Formats: sequence, structure tokens, C-alpha cells
Amino acid sequence: MSRRARALMLLAPLLLFLGLAYIVPFLGVIRWSVTLPQPGLGQYRAALTDPLVQSVFLRTLRVCVAVTAASVLAGYVIALLWVRGGPVQKLLVELCILIPFWISVLTRAFGWLALLSNRGIINDWLQWAGILHEPLAMVRNEFGVIVGMTHFLIPFAVFPLASSMRNLDERVLMAARGMGASRARIFWRVLVPMTLPGILGAALVVFVFALGFFVTPAILGGGRSVMAAELIYLRIFQSPDWGLGAAISVIMMVAVGGMLALLLRQARPGGGR
Amino acid sequence: MNATRPGPVVALLAALVSVFLLMPLIAVIPVSFTPTRYLSVPTDEWSLRHYRTLIDNPAWAQGVWLSIRIGVLSSFIATSLALFFSLGLWMAQPRHAGLMMGMALLPMVAPPVVSALTLYFFLISLSQVNGVVAYDTWAGVSLAHAVMTAPFAVVLITVALAQVDRRIDLAARSAGAGLFTRIFRVILPNIRFGVLTAAFLTFVLSWEEIGVTLFITSVRAITLPRLMWMGLRDNIDPAIAAVSVVLIVLVVVVILGKTAVQMLLARRRKEH
Repeated sequence: MSRRARALMLLAPLLLFLGLAYIVPFLGVIRWSVTLPQPGLGQYRAALTDPLVQSVFLRTLRVCVAVTAASVLAGYVIALLWVRGGPVQKLLVELCILIPFWISVLTRAFGWLALLSNRGIINDWLQWAGILHEPLAMVRNEFGVIVGMTHFLIPFAVFPLASSMRNLDERVLMAARGMGASRARIFWRVLVPMTLPGILGAALVVFVFALGFFVTPAILGGGRSVMAAELIYLRIFQSPDWGLGAAISVIMMVAVGGMLALLLRQARPGGGR
Repeated sequence: MNATRPGPVVALLAALVSVFLLMPLIAVIPVSFTPTRYLSVPTDEWSLRHYRTLIDNPAWAQGVWLSIRIGVLSSFIATSLALFFSLGLWMAQPRHAGLMMGMALLPMVAPPVVSALTLYFFLISLSQVNGVVAYDTWAGVSLAHAVMTAPFAVVLITVALAQVDRRIDLAARSAGAGLFTRIFRVILPNIRFGVLTAAFLTFVLSWEEIGVTLFITSVRAITLPRLMWMGLRDNIDPAIAAVSVVLIVLVVVVILGKTAVQMLLARRRKEH
């Protein structure tokens, strides 16, 4: 027993560290949300009724749904080639997933600025070719935010999708093929239904990530299309209203916790590995 | 095998997605050679002035050096705490393992902005009692990065441990080995690769961390990403393009090198 007790001691340092550096401070954030500027639930009422905060929540929801749909669709085709393609295709796709994945989010957001801004590459070309006379606004709006976030989140969609495709028995596909089903029919009637748990898992992961995401929207939204995460930053550092910032954080944590509980329940009955 | 390969439609769509994924990385290259002081595409004149800025302006070297120091310290803290934790779970198999794992992974699954606010609270509280591990200091940032990256180390080391045969630990135990010997002479050599990967990943995650860093630094602890952020927000500085090109080249070289080594090893294995 004492031998086991000593092994249990190994658990203590990390749990203590996270307890002191994360859990206790989070309780402090909760305290802020109910005491600043005055005690009570006023900040929560404000967060849920204030028209400005509501419009930010609505925009966050809209952008997150669009980003999730785009990332899962794009992730699905590329994961399919990664898992079932020929050796050369596999290698190329793997590089296209891994290289952006390892590059800093700032560099990637900057790349989109270089492409999409008024003096950027795409506007430059379109004007040079005479298609446009005025630059087309593609950043500092929701479009830029959606493009940048989708780019960031595609790899996070690819990993769960690829794992669910790897678990699929290839003989099922061969059987469908042998019975004369067309490629499109196999895709829609066999592949998609059989990888549905992976699709739902990927969608949830991407949605949760998108919700708390802050850097890409701040850069590509240019302060115009503020999302919930950026609103927290602004409420803490620019128009000091710590109570409201803390209340939005707590609401976001609860929402994400609920979605993760959903993910766990969905993953438990034989979902994936 | 060929019958279940994706058809031309999927291949075409995947090619489009691949172009989408690489496009912003390629777009940075021409912009970094612009002769102007604002974000633009060079037309007739190409210039290296923004690369020269990286060398001439000491802020960039300072940022790189600070990011390296923070990365090494936070990676050391995160990897060692995660190693002990994962070993404890593996060896003792406690009853509430799931709950403890959930707690260890909390900073990874919580929304990044909530973690940032939480760590801001943590560091300004520490600032009231000391000036070393505090808000806007390199030790404080290292500690905060360790909180954010430790869950990733836990995942990697736990996966490595899951592949270790429990019987070798059992054999060592029944031969009278103590806890210390079991860990350092029996288990660690078997998960060496997982631990090294965890140390590397936590370093990289800290090296490019920006969401939390924005909340916990202001004027003194300016890491490389923080410096890039300042050049991106108000007036877009093309020096960011030059830094980005350097970072992209670094990542591409490492990944291509790793892929080439793997292919070489695989071929050699096939020959034997």
C-alpha cells in the first residue's frame, strides 16, 4: 500500500500547480463577475440583455457556424485523400496539412492580410486585370474573419475525420463498388453515413475552438466585427469593465463545458478508438 | 485497393483545399520584398530593407531571445510535471483517474480567452506579493505558458506509456526495484521518445503563444509573437512579412527534413 501511496504522490505536483495557477484564479474571475462594479448578478443581466453584447453574441454564433461548416467540408475531402489516396497524394496532402499547422497563427493571419487587404495581392490583380476599379473590401469584415478562422481550423477538423475514416472497414467500400454503385453513390450512401460520428466530433471540436478564438478575428476583423472573445479583451483592457468581461468569460466556459459533455457522451458508445 | 481510391472529383476538391491552405504562406513572400513602408506588393523595385530592419532593430533579437528563454523554462516545467503525473496515473491506477485526467487537461479544452483572463488574474495576484514571478515578467510568462502547454505533454506521455508492457515494470518490482529505479531505469528508457516529443511540442507552443501572452504582458516582457502583434494591429509593418518568411522557411525545412529521413529509413528497412 505504501508503495502505491508513493506512486500516487507523483500525481500531486501537476494537480497542485494547476489548482493554484488555474482553478483558484478561475474562481477569482467568477468572483469578479459577481462583485464588480457592485455585488449581484447585474453583469450577467447586462451580458444577456445589452443590445451591443447581444449583437456580438449573435455575430459570434453566425461566424462560428459558418467556420464550422466550411472547415468540416474542406477537412472531409482532404482527409479522404490523406487516408485513401495513392502514396504521392498522401504525401502531398500531409505536407499541406502539417506545414500550416506548425506555423504561428500570427503569420497565417498576416498572410491573409497580404492577400485580401485593399492594397493586397488579390485586389492588385483584379484591378490590374481591369475586373475591378475600386478595391473590394475583404478584410475588416466578417468575410475576412471567416476565411482566416477556417484556414486555422481545417487541420483540427482533419484529424478526427481521418481517424474515423481509418476505422472504416475498406471491404464495405469494395462490396459497394462490386455491386456496381457509382463513386457518388458510395460517397453519399456509404462513406458519409459511416463516418457520421467523426463528422459530428470534428464539427464540435472546431465549433468549440472557434468560440474562444481571439487572435485571428482581432486581426482580420480589424476591430469592426468584434467577436465574444475579443469583447472580453476590450472590456478588460480598453474600456475597463472587468465585471462584464468576467461574466462573459464565465458564460463562455459554461457553454463550452456543456458542448464538451455532449462530445464525451457521443464518443462513449463505441465511437472511434 | 484501387477500387476504393477517391475519384477525380474528390482529388480536384482536395487540390483546391490544399491551395487554400498554402496560399497565405506563399503570399507573404512577395510582400516581404516591398520597398515601401506599408503593406503592398512590389511592382518594379524589390528591396531587402525589411530584412535589414530585423538585424538593425535590436527589438527583434531581444524578442527572439526572450521567447527562447520562456520556451525552455516553460517546456521544462510543463514536461516534468506532466511526466510525474502520467507516471503516477500509469503506476498507481487510482480510482478517480478520469477526474484527475480531466483536471489536468482543463487548460487545453477551456476557451483560450477564458484561460487568458484566468492567468491574468493569477499573475496580478502574484504581483502583489513579489516582483519576480509576476505580471509582465519573463518568469511569470513562463509559468503561464507551462499551465497552457502541460496538458499537451500529459496527452503525449500518456499515449507513450500506454504502449509500454506492464510486465516489465512488474518484473522490476518483484525483483525488488524501488520507485526511483523503476521510473529511471525501467520505464523512462521505454518512453524516451514520447517525453522528448512532449518537450519539443511544449517549447513550440510556448514559442508561438500569443492569446495568453497578450493578457499577461504590457511593456517589459515583449516576446516575438507579442512584437509581431504590435506590428500587425494598427499600422501594418512589412517587417512582419520578413519575420514570417524566416519562420515559414524554418518550419518547411524541418518538416521536409523529417519526411525525407522517415522515407529513407522506411526504404532501408524494406531493403533488409
